[in-house]
Amino acid sequence: MRGVITFAVFLIVWWAVTQFCPVPPYMLPTPQSVAAALVAQRNLLFDNTLVTLAEILLGLFFGTLLGALAALTMAALPPVQRWLMPVLVLSQAIPVFALAPLLVLWFGFGMTSKIIMTILVIFFPVTASLADGLRLTEPGWLDMAAAMNASRLSALCHIRLPAALPSFASGLRVATALAPIGAIIGEWVGASSGLGYVMINANARIQTDVMFAALFVLCVLAVLLFTIVDRALRHLIYWAPDSRRGVS
Amino acid sequence: MSPCPSLYVQNLALHYGGQTIFENLNLTIQSGQLVALLGPSGVGKTSLLRIIAGLEVPYAGQVTASDHAPLSGRIAYMAQQDLLLPWARVIDNVMLGAKLRGMKPEPDRAMNLLERVGLAERAKALPTELSGGMRQRVAIARTLYEARPIVLMDEPFSALDAITRTKIQDLAAELLAGCTTLLITHDPMEACRISHHLVVLTGAPARLGAPVEVPGIPPRAPDNLQVLQTQADLLRMLAQ
Repeated sequence: MRGVITFAVFLIVWWAVTQFCPVPPYMLPTPQSVAAALVAQRNLLFDNTLVTLAEILLGLFFGTLLGALAALTMAALPPVQRWLMPVLVLSQAIPVFALAPLLVLWFGFGMTSKIIMTILVIFFPVTASLADGLRLTEPGWLDMAAAMNASRLSALCHIRLPAALPSFASGLRVATALAPIGAIIGEWVGASSGLGYVMINANARIQTDVMFAALFVLCVLAVLLFTIVDRALRHLIYWAPDSRRGVS
Repeated sequence: MSPCPSLYVQNLALHYGGQTIFENLNLTIQSGQLVALLGPSGVGKTSLLRIIAGLEVPYAGQVTASDHAPLSGRIAYMAQQDLLLPWARVIDNVMLGAKLRGMKPEPDRAMNLLERVGLAERAKALPTELSGGMRQRVAIARTLYEARPIVLMDEPFSALDAITRTKIQDLAAELLAGCTTLLITHDPMEACRISHHLVVLTGAPARLGAPVEVPGIPPRAPDNLQVLQTQADLLRMLAQ
């Protein structure tokens, strides 16, 4: 309900600006013309949304997989952590967006370069959140595991990993919010399809209404994706402090 | 359960940050007895327990059993918090040790223990759905599931309200009967009620006082005159 009200207020302000301020339509189109563009270009938008969605989902999947593997390896083998963590932190100092042209050069105009871009954007939050979670296990649990004669691997699987999942979930939420950015940046630099490609094209032809329509679709997509992931994480990781229900 | 050995703590020393926490510490717990260890905070009680449990290495001295077999794998440890895993159901928390050792869990035995602590009908509940007293009873069941002859307990009931604590003390005394047990507690009443005898650790570096015997068989009633008398003596001793 709050979302609907916020959206309605936003629309009214937007409409008022286009109505009462001397802004030409190629700078800021009216809400009506954007809605008309949404309807008129629905096939174009739908097809390209599917491409962007596929890039986002595949990037999220592989980024999460690789990030989780990296964090688990670091937790299982402390020497790896000492070597890998500085490299990871250093990798964050390179602006990933500056790599986009290189990725297009190496992996082409297709989806691969966008998926890799998305993976690069989300890899660090995913890895750092799980690695932190694995590092900060309640010491009492580890003592208990030691007193129960658990092996290191067994304690990792049955105690440290589930205990780290709430922290991992925070990383996944950040990753879900960042993933569309990765895909769109990749498409801006060089693509033959996708919502980013539609935006760049519409912009070049001064079809600002189409550009806004694509942006609107992207926002809806990002919000929906985040909501679904957030709900799913709350349900699956029911022991996280922010998804607690029932009696405490 | 294998017959419980006596436990010998000999000439134990612990240094921490250049300070001597304790030195030449000797303590014997006879087979099947429950000894309560009292003392002010920071005196080294928990460190002593952790050394016996093999979780910490002493500066000097050793801990041995009367049967000369190694202690590893024969000690159950119960900490201040209940340490229940919030993602595991009650019964899975009870069987945690088997899972961690890669052994086949025995749900029948776990259910039997839950019945003895009065929580059989909550076996499928999550720890967040339980009260503090219930959680601590699950922790007792988990400790008993380990079926170890030596049990170490670090203020396991300190977070409970007085009524629940009294009930759980009785339950623990009943269920741990026959185990060689060392119980750390802040509560003189608890020590007097459920221990065979008690010792006091005080001073810096800390020394163990002579064992204090409480007449009668534990668990003793809270209004038992000897319990009340020993408790008064203890309070005087601890306040010094």
